[in-house]
Amino acid sequence: MAAYSINVNGETKKVDVASDTPLLWVLRDSLGLVGTKYGCGIAQCGACTVHLNGTAVRSCALPISAIGTSKVTTIEGLSKEGDHPVQQAWQEVDVPQCGYCQAGQIMSAAALLAKNAKPTEEQIATAMNGNICRCGTYHRIKEAVVLASSKMK
Amino acid sequence: METLSKTSRRDFLKLGLTAGGGLMLSFNWSDSVAAIMNTSGEALAANVDFNSYLSISPDDVVTIFSPNPELGQNIKTSFPMVVAEELDADWKKVKVVQAALDVKKYDRQLTGGSGAVPHSWERLRKAGATARQMLIEAAAKIWNVAASTLTTANGFVIHPNGTKLSYGALATDAAALTVPTEVKLKNPKDFKLIGTVVPNVDNKEMITGKPLYGLDFYREGMLHAMIQRPPSFGTKIKSVDATAAKALPGIVDVVTFKNNVAIVGKSTWEIMKARKVLKVEYENAGNVESTSDHDKLFKELLDKPEATVRRKDGDVETAFKNAATVIKREYQCPFLSHAPMEPMNFFAHVKADGVELIGPTQTPDRARMATAQLLGIAPEKITVELTRLGGGFGRRLQADYVVEAAELSKLINAPVKVTWSREDDMMGGSYRPAVRYRFEAALDTTGNLIGYKLRGVGVNAGNSTREDNFPSGAVANLLIDSIDHQSPITTGAWRAPITNFLAFAEQAFLDEVALAAKKDPVQFRLDLLDKAKQTPTGAIKYDIDRMKSVINLAAEKSGWGKKKNLAQGFSVYFSHRSYVAQVAEVEMVSGNPVLKKIIAASDCGIVINLSGAKQQVAGGIVDGLGHALYGQVTFKDGAAEQRNFNNYKLIRYNEVPQVEVHFVDNGIDPTGLGEPALPPTGGAVANAIFKATGKRLYNQPFTLQEEMKGVKLGQKM
Ligand code: FES
Ligand code: FES
Repeated sequence: MAAYSINVNGETKKVDVASDTPLLWVLRDSLGLVGTKYGCGIAQCGACTVHLNGTAVRSCALPISAIGTSKVTTIEGLSKEGDHPVQQAWQEVDVPQCGYCQAGQIMSAAALLAKNAKPTEEQIATAMNGNICRCGTYHRIKEAVVLASSKMK
Repeated sequence: METLSKTSRRDFLKLGLTAGGGLMLSFNWSDSVAAIMNTSGEALAANVDFNSYLSISPDDVVTIFSPNPELGQNIKTSFPMVVAEELDADWKKVKVVQAALDVKKYDRQLTGGSGAVPHSWERLRKAGATARQMLIEAAAKIWNVAASTLTTANGFVIHPNGTKLSYGALATDAAALTVPTEVKLKNPKDFKLIGTVVPNVDNKEMITGKPLYGLDFYREGMLHAMIQRPPSFGTKIKSVDATAAKALPGIVDVVTFKNNVAIVGKSTWEIMKARKVLKVEYENAGNVESTSDHDKLFKELLDKPEATVRRKDGDVETAFKNAATVIKREYQCPFLSHAPMEPMNFFAHVKADGVELIGPTQTPDRARMATAQLLGIAPEKITVELTRLGGGFGRRLQADYVVEAAELSKLINAPVKVTWSREDDMMGGSYRPAVRYRFEAALDTTGNLIGYKLRGVGVNAGNSTREDNFPSGAVANLLIDSIDHQSPITTGAWRAPITNFLAFAEQAFLDEVALAAKKDPVQFRLDLLDKAKQTPTGAIKYDIDRMKSVINLAAEKSGWGKKKNLAQGFSVYFSHRSYVAQVAEVEMVSGNPVLKKIIAASDCGIVINLSGAKQQVAGGIVDGLGHALYGQVTFKDGAAEQRNFNNYKLIRYNEVPQVEVHFVDNGIDPTGLGEPALPPTGGAVANAIFKATGKRLYNQPFTLQEEMKGVKLGQKM
């Protein structure tokens, strides 16, 4: 066990966990930020996607020891009021079915649009291909990313 | 999460008496006034309960309780829409609350078989209409006018002179009235909310990461656990050495029960680490089977003289003897994992005076009864609270993962949440059974289908046929039988049980038969349906006209046979009371066949939520396509070989074709849509690929078949 101090959603959080503990479980079990989901644990499904300094990463494959001073953003911290353009688009398009994968989908989409506000279809596909939706909401995900892109300043 | 507050219980009883109650309209009326509390404990408003589904607060908030588990089928939005429609509520003021298991208030509180809406349609409408009627009567008394002169809209009762009284203002008076025994339901033509696009009521929570799912449930003092189950079906524990596991930080206990070794600890990751040093030896305790055994077995069973006859019409032997052409084909599918995105989990707290169960289940009552039986206590002592389900697909119809959580809680005498890893989920499934079919068709010299045979053989598949489905009734001489092999590999209902593969096999086979009969595949099916109508053989258990209507709509919307540069494949299937036809389109792009689009025509009766319904169809198609392309669990010596998404492949974003969804508008009561769009997809796709390449697909997963080589997927979704 070791003490770590990490920056999550703009706040400094102290946790005492083993150095190999994946960020996913630190968020869920230690910090109560359960919006980040567990789906596979092996960086295959994208359910656990968060931002590390603005880049989409799979938190299940990222040990706490590797975070250092990087800024972690989770779905809970993407926007204060849940009104990030991607979140707005997700609501307008009515994307979720069971909804379990959607936090990860939204985090992937938000990271893409932050870097590239007007992505091509191919760029969207590349960014979203790491996120599985078992319910099959892919058409609406695409529609929502395109809509969110139109909302980006 | 909302709970009824304790402090309101007294009012609850007192006002309950004045509100009058009793069992009405075939469902239970609640007779109470209760305050809905939010998590911080403040009362939102004193609500007047009209019935099990509905209560109205003085400030006009209409709370609608949705009893059935929500797993992505949109029930938590669609059910309340039906109540709100008949109530003439203002949807903006509707608040939906997931009801806990309550067998007194609700009937068939489960999610499965695409049956919730068909089952509850009328009672939901009556729940809304009855309350509306009482609100009108309350207003009539206040205004001293005849109730028949009053109308309602958007949460108000309206006087002919335009004066309005809100439902909230009338609620207390209205609830004190005698509940009418008969109410008038709306003419579906007057529906304002039903049939429109209504966004999911949980959208905001889902997109902001609020705790909604079973896996998100945490409680002060709760322990975590994971269970090591036998990795191979047909084995049992020989010995357990938990010394090293117990010594690790965060581990509270290691408990062995039945064939389970539970590691109990303070956090998920610590438990995951302890599992790696847990030593468990297993020994054989039955048949330890491999997929190669099943492959061999299927061939034997298909040739076996005796089988369980499911349907027999006419004289098949003579028909095949007299046939000008006989077509005989076989189709096989592997086991599938349900793999809902949220792995299995459940919270259980067994206390001296009862049991608390909280989590994602499709069948809360089954979970409760199984727990009662296991613990030897009365079911009334068990409460089941439902979280949102991160998918189910049939896996959460089973109670195994609930019961083991309860058993563990009892053993360790503590509240505990049992979490399955993805590997646990795939290795300990209740799999879609592996099945092989043999179809045989006899045609006369003019291409008439005069004989039809189907044998299904499967592993723990039960009856692997659906003997009364089309084309039964349209063929004079028909024999459908099946043989089941009993195996230690556990199987269960997987979205659209049996038909999820049978539909592909049948629709691919009929495509070949149509070709042999020199008929257009669509016309061939329509002709058979006409025959079933004019000269039916035996019982007809599907609706011929509804099936024809989806065939015609799909043909029309896809421009069937009219598109020159496209290869189209057709498929139609009836399952769970509804009808769906699909046309898949494959286009040659620089020499490669590309699956571009699937067009669906569905008849599920009245569409409640256009947004939810469209997504049920689109999602069903993606599900059907993805599993036809990739899904397979193979077994080696009793153990599943695919254990996570690295080798159990699910369809991804860039592999999905365009999807176009249409509905038949026939005004009949809803017949369900959670499953029916899935079965036709494999057949439509395989038939389109044949059209484009001349190659037939017989086995799933398609991507492992030679015939699939070169076919490209989902270009430009
Ligand atoms: S849980 Fe991290 S990618 Fe699946
Ligand atoms: S919405 Fe259910 S997994 Fe994506």
